[in-house]
Amino acid sequence: MLAVLILLAFLGGWQAYADLSDIDEFLLPSPTDVLSTAWEDRGLLWDNFQVTAQEMGIGLLIAIVLGVGLALALHRWAQVRRGLYPLLIASQTVPIVLVAPLLAAWLGYDLTPKLIIVALVCFFPIVVPTLDALAGADPGRRKLMAGLGASRWQQLRFVEAPSALPALFTGTRLAVAIAAIAAVLAETAGSDAGLGHLMTQSIPQLETARAFAAVVLLSLFSLSLYAALTLAERRVAPWAHPPKGPVL
Amino acid sequence: MPAKGAMSSPTRTPPASVTLEKQPAVDLDGVRRVFAAGSVVALDGVSLRVDPGAVVAVVGPSGCGKSTLLDLVCGLQAPDAGTVRSPAPAARGAATGAVLMPQGDTLLPWASALDNAALALRIAGVARPAARERARVELEALGLGQFADARPAALSGGMRQRIAVARTLLSGAGVICLDEPFGALDAITRADAQRWLTATLAREPRTVLLVTHDTEEAALLADRVVVLSARPGRVVADIPVPLPHPRVATDAAVVAVRAEVLAALEAGR
Repeated sequence: MLAVLILLAFLGGWQAYADLSDIDEFLLPSPTDVLSTAWEDRGLLWDNFQVTAQEMGIGLLIAIVLGVGLALALHRWAQVRRGLYPLLIASQTVPIVLVAPLLAAWLGYDLTPKLIIVALVCFFPIVVPTLDALAGADPGRRKLMAGLGASRWQQLRFVEAPSALPALFTGTRLAVAIAAIAAVLAETAGSDAGLGHLMTQSIPQLETARAFAAVVLLSLFSLSLYAALTLAERRVAPWAHPPKGPVL
Repeated sequence: MPAKGAMSSPTRTPPASVTLEKQPAVDLDGVRRVFAAGSVVALDGVSLRVDPGAVVAVVGPSGCGKSTLLDLVCGLQAPDAGTVRSPAPAARGAATGAVLMPQGDTLLPWASALDNAALALRIAGVARPAARERARVELEALGLGQFADARPAALSGGMRQRIAVARTLLSGAGVICLDEPFGALDAITRADAQRWLTATLAREPRTVLLVTHDTEEAALLADRVVVLSARPGRVVADIPVPLPHPRVATDAAVVAVRAEVLAALEAGR
């Protein structure tokens, strides 16, 4: 609720400034300009939105599968952890701004290079908290399991994996937040469609309001992904948010 | 009597005539355990024989190796010297037939009380529906049936520990090792839980090793109180408690046992 009020105040201030000052519409379109442009260009925006949504959606799925798989492997085998973890951290220092055009040059303007960029940027915030949570499962519970004769697999199945589930959701929410940036960046490096492509095209064409509309659309999409994840977590890991109620 | 989870006949007689086996259920002989490359001696020269069906309380000052003793009995650690003999495992993959209820709240927060109770059976390879069915019967029998579908977060501390005891019993192990099972409970809740445990053991006799820092708990529940010295832990007293159940904390005989245990604790510091 508070977020809505803050947003409304911000939009009001912006509208007032854009209306009352002499600022050019090409430099700073007002919120109503953005809204009317969004409506006029809805077909264009929708086509490009579908491209970017696909890049983000599939890229995130790859990142989740890759992130969970890596977290499990790094957790299971100490050698893999020692050998691979530094490389994973190094992978995050690779400047995506430089890699993106190279990938576009190697692989073309289609979906594949975008998926690589999104997955590369998004898997890391999934791996790290998930791995920590797998390793950080309560020692008392591990001991209980060992005392009952649990195998390695049963430790994972009954204790470690459920312990790590809330962390996996946290990591995925972080990944969602940066997936949009990654997709836009990948499109900027070389593409013929997508909201990022549309933004970079709109600004030199002095269609600033259209670029803003694309940004708003992308934000709304990220927000709804985030909200969907929060709802999913409530369903899948309800113990992480226990309802306040009387104790039996 | 506790209003919730009470059972009808809280009486239990100390192990009477041990049937065919004269062998102890747990037999520790000259056990030594060291940590940190020999610089910390947790246990030294501990010998302890526990008859089948006996409830033995182990008391001692903090850090005297009480929990280590339980780990050794349950096969979670190996002694550096001496021998530990425990019964054959009841569950697949278990090291021994002794099962540990570790200190603290070890219920799985993501599982219902029922699934927590069924955990030992699941690990032993029993399929989920069958394990749940047996757990439900057990929880009903122990007066915990109404809590079966609640998650631990919705249960009080006393109920959580009871569910954990039920889970330990459902492992089917002949020897159960309880590490401060009621240590985190307030005095009134603890008294309820202790009465419940007495009644439970009357229903389902097991050999019990009960680690506690509470001399009253030891005097109320145990057939025998073993007192360990400060580190390195050694057995400094072995006090029989030949009193009928249920016992009352303020009973003169119980108080006398407490006094004897406290004196032995003081002497072992």
